[in-house]
Amino acid sequence: MVNANGAPNGKCLIRARNLDKSYQRGGEQLHVLQGLSLDVDRGGFLAFMGPSGSGKTTLLNLLGGLDVPTSGSISVAGDEITAMGRSQLTAWRARHVGFVFQMYNLIPVLTAYQNVELPLLLTSLGRSGRREHVETALELVGLPDRMNHYPRQLSGGQEQRVAIARAIVADPTLLLCDEPTGDLDRRSADEVMQLLGRLVDEHGKTILMVTHDPRAAERARTTLHLEKGTLVEAGRRAA
Amino acid sequence: MAIPFVYSLRSVRQRYASGAVAVLGIAGAVGVFVAMLALARGFSSTLTASASDANAIVLRAGATSEIYSSLSLEQVRIIQDAPGIARGKDGPLVSAEVVELATFSLKKRGTDANLQVRGVSARTLEVREHVRVARGRFFRPGLAELVVGSSVAKNYAGLDIGDTVKFGGGTWQVVGILDAGGSVFDSELWCDATVLNQVYKRPENLFESLTVRLRSPADLQKLRDTLTSDPRLTVTVERERDYYEKTSGTLTALLRTLGLLVAAVMGIGAVLAALNTMYSAVAARSREVATLRALGFGAASVVICFVFEALLIAASGGFLGCAAALPINGYTTEVMNWATVSHVAFAFRVTPGLIGAGIAFALVMGLLGGVPPALRAARRPVATALREL
Ligand SMILES: Nc1ncnc2c1ncn2[C@@H]1O[C@H](COP(=O)(O)OP(=O)(O)OP(=O)(O)O)[C@@H](O)[C@H]1O
Ligand SMILES: [Mg+2]
Repeated sequence: MVNANGAPNGKCLIRARNLDKSYQRGGEQLHVLQGLSLDVDRGGFLAFMGPSGSGKTTLLNLLGGLDVPTSGSISVAGDEITAMGRSQLTAWRARHVGFVFQMYNLIPVLTAYQNVELPLLLTSLGRSGRREHVETALELVGLPDRMNHYPRQLSGGQEQRVAIARAIVADPTLLLCDEPTGDLDRRSADEVMQLLGRLVDEHGKTILMVTHDPRAAERARTTLHLEKGTLVEAGRRAA
Repeated sequence: MAIPFVYSLRSVRQRYASGAVAVLGIAGAVGVFVAMLALARGFSSTLTASASDANAIVLRAGATSEIYSSLSLEQVRIIQDAPGIARGKDGPLVSAEVVELATFSLKKRGTDANLQVRGVSARTLEVREHVRVARGRFFRPGLAELVVGSSVAKNYAGLDIGDTVKFGGGTWQVVGILDAGGSVFDSELWCDATVLNQVYKRPENLFESLTVRLRSPADLQKLRDTLTSDPRLTVTVERERDYYEKTSGTLTALLRTLGLLVAAVMGIGAVLAALNTMYSAVAARSREVATLRALGFGAASVVICFVFEALLIAASGGFLGCAAALPINGYTTEVMNWATVSHVAFAFRVTPGLIGAGIAFALVMGLLGGVPPALRAARRPVATALREL
């Protein structure tokens, strides 16, 4: 078991135990995760690294409730998500998880504003409440003047910042980022990493990030390596 | 709250080229559907327009139509004095009638077509209040004179006022044009019943039907009771409207069935086109849908979203089809009425109800074409779909 942030204490947000995930491919079983355990504290900033195909995306999908493990349990903020049904899990995602993807995954036919507003449509907020939240989020990512732009009218870095605004707008419990800088040039990547750092430092967000980029991983407080289906601690930076 | 409609709306607009095939397919099916039913509707309303609730038709018992019926002059005299029949200043308002078929040549095609020649009583215009002489005058009793229906005058050669025509072994003079308000009588030629019998060398005192004007529509039952209990008579009494509805029924049903059949076949094609459009939309937007699911939108939202898109496409097709069918409203054409073996002119009638049915038909096609792809979109595992480009 890897403790992402020192000894277990009351601040523990994510508790994963003995996660197994295997895929059936052809006649063969492909064991991607094997007996993986992990504790993550609230306010943590974690980077997962590892070779391609090592199961980083798979792990993130499990922690975010997009997929279910073959065996093992995950609890987030006391909710046992591995015991939830499909629709329960969907509602849980809406409430607790913000996703940032490598390819941004903005909805092309919606403006930046409408993209960021999407998660709020699942809350009880009214129209003006939603507007307030969207404006705040877009301001936080430095794009208040791009509200009415469509994704194709934005640069890759700007698209990813809109995607981050969308991920945080409903104030989720944790942020899951799968190679958030994987498709960006260095300058845009730095901007995005700076933004994620600020979300942790100034806004107390908890971020789990997959990355291939050591420069990006440097920003995280902890870097974990996925090897042979389980995690090994690689380094820790003072908070 | 569900996935916003603006998302569906813009997604459809963005993939309009792929949607266009489905829209056109649905428009075609709806157009044919509306046109064919307008044909059936027009035909049946032409025949029932001939009828009045205040009129009754008396036939020999067992006869299903005029041509199979016969009534003697003595019977006619007994019937016309029965209670419930309205009286004008010259006596009871009844018209003893015989019909014959004669061929006339169509102006447009030059080919021959059968028309119904109706021998009537001199008082028939008082019995049939919605028929009037539009031009010229009514025939004089005892003379071989004709008044012709307005669509006959329009569509057939040599049947205008002043023309003489030969048929049935006689020579006839056209003296007037009837306006029968678009009813079946506009497709007939009227003359004196006695003259018609003479010319055709039929027994002079034999008629086929007796159309009577009731004092009020409610008097039908009284008349029927009187006539059917009279031992000197063996007749049936029907309200004129019921009679014409019955005689138009077979052809109307056939036109309707044919229309529905053709529309159904085209509809199947349109549903396949809609399925194709929607399946490719679902495939192309697999990652988009997975993203929405990751954000927390439920499977039901995804289904609604794609079904809504299909309905949007279907509704566009429906409106297009109705718009295409609308101009045929009022267009007149002729069909053979099998009950009388004669040609009847009538106008297509596109009613608001038909437009509504057309739109409903389109939406049903949209549902059939939209639900399976929508279900596929919602069933797709999120983690798998997110890996797609
Ligand atoms: N649905 C699936 N069916 C079968 N095998 C799968 C499936 N999803 C993932 N895999 C396999 O699981 C392994 C781990 O995949 P995963 O995407 O988690 O790796 P990763 O560490 O994110 O790789 P990368 O750095 O390239 O993104 C890979 O070998 C992949 O081919
Ligand atoms: Mg990956």
